[in-house]
Amino acid sequence: MKLPSLFGGTRGLEAQIDLYFDKVQEAGLVFGRAMEIYLSRGVAGEFEELVRRVTEVEEEADDLRREIETQMTTHTLIPELREDVLSLIEQVDEVTNHYEAAVYSFYIQQPQIAEAYRPDFAELARMAQRTAEEMVTAARAFFRDLSAVRDHVKKVQFYESEADKVTTRVGRRIYASDLDLAQKMHLTSFLDRLDSIADTAEDIGDKLSILTIKRMI
Amino acid sequence: MNPGLFAYLSSGLFLGWSLGANDAANIFGTAVGTRMVRFATAALIASVFVILGAVISGAGASHTLGKLGAINTLPGAFMAALAAALSVYLMTERGLPVSTSQAIVGGIIGWNIFMGQPTDPGIVSKFAFAWVASPVMAGIMSAALFALARVLLRRVKIHLLRLDHYTRLGLILVGAFGAYSLGANNIANVMGVFLNVSPFHDLQLGPITLSSAQQLFLLGGIAIAVGIYTYSERVMMTVGQDIVRLTPVAALVVVLAQSLVLFLFASQSLAAWLSAHHLPHLPLVPVSSSQAVVGAVIGLGLITPGERIRWDIVRNIAVGWLLTPTVAAIISVVGMFVLQNVFNLPVRP
Repeated sequence: MKLPSLFGGTRGLEAQIDLYFDKVQEAGLVFGRAMEIYLSRGVAGEFEELVRRVTEVEEEADDLRREIETQMTTHTLIPELREDVLSLIEQVDEVTNHYEAAVYSFYIQQPQIAEAYRPDFAELARMAQRTAEEMVTAARAFFRDLSAVRDHVKKVQFYESEADKVTTRVGRRIYASDLDLAQKMHLTSFLDRLDSIADTAEDIGDKLSILTIKRMI
Repeated sequence: MNPGLFAYLSSGLFLGWSLGANDAANIFGTAVGTRMVRFATAALIASVFVILGAVISGAGASHTLGKLGAINTLPGAFMAALAAALSVYLMTERGLPVSTSQAIVGGIIGWNIFMGQPTDPGIVSKFAFAWVASPVMAGIMSAALFALARVLLRRVKIHLLRLDHYTRLGLILVGAFGAYSLGANNIANVMGVFLNVSPFHDLQLGPITLSSAQQLFLLGGIAIAVGIYTYSERVMMTVGQDIVRLTPVAALVVVLAQSLVLFLFASQSLAAWLSAHHLPHLPLVPVSSSQAVVGAVIGLGLITPGERIRWDIVRNIAVGWLLTPTVAAIISVVGMFVLQNVFNLPVRP
């Protein structure tokens, strides 16, 4: 008879899922700190250290994700929701990828952000990180406390729309400025990169809402 | 032992096979269809417990069936069971709702008609009550159990994976109980008509004595187990995919409600205990596990927002209550006439 042990089997996997979300949150914190440093001091030594750290965290999250996916599939766990949960975990992984890609693009391209735009970029980075943080909390709640998912998804939607507002506002200011077109496009591409973190988190939030309804039926 | 015995018992054994092939899916269908429980596990548990239920607790419902009409010749019992089996086959082929429990009653009424003896309306009313009450009770129980489960799960805030794990264990435990109840309640359909003509004598197996009836039930239980192993997997896969909209917890509730209903209509000890305490008890009557499942699913629908009762399914069940015994009774009368007059078999004692 194929049954995981009464508690051990699922507890181990539960812990791994929690650890995976911890890693996604850690990647967000590293991203947030890296952005603060870049916007205040440019590519300083501490920034380089954070670039390395975000890569490590992303790799650790990847390993955990693969392990979770393997275990869920081999033990045929949650058959009716497995596909959805696996795709949820994959999508959450995209957020860590976005964090890493954003930090790396600042590291490689070192965009020149005028003093006047720095608070806006900092605000956008904060909003994107908050959106993703709320998404991770919603995803954790999906596994443990369905009634809390809705509240967190609401916050995801709020922060994402704030991020959109900042992106639009700053984008318009940049294009209205005297900068070269190339510089304008370069700067707005960074706005888009930061905003895509919030967009992906919002997509996951929407998916969580549907999955929650599915679990409640 | 009469060498033609197994030929006579074959109709009952075929009914047993068909019961195992179809009704095991009511117990393990969702679990196996959604791959929460492997078929090998489900088949083993279902077979063992259906046999235990039949041998240990099969007497109650069989006794009531015997009161409906005591068939006291082997050809008569053979034809009553064959009529039930044929009507199940014919109606299933045409996609009509059918239950072995209702078919065997038709087979026995056919015997009564053939013998020119009256059918006790008191006993018929017990059956009618049980058939209507069983899906209704399953519906009420599943609605109550599901509401309770919902409140509990919201309070306990159990992790999805642990809930999945407990649900699997629950499906296996409740499946074992369901199989026991199915054996206890429905063995009457398979072997009940042969009770008065049982060729077996009491058998001493160490400390255990198997009565003549229990040996018949053991044989019928084995036929059910063969049906489970040879044919039920495909039915389970279909059932699992059909009601895939049910969450595993809801499926667990449906199986539990159905099993409780079958158990209540089968347990002599429970009936005796209720009687001893001057409490009303249910008649011990074979009821349809499929109809109990439908009742349980409707019960869930009633407490789920946005779901409506599908009256066409309810109407189909009601049609089955009348149509199945009628068809079986007609086949039974005609069959007994043919056995007596064409094959010169001693249908009458």
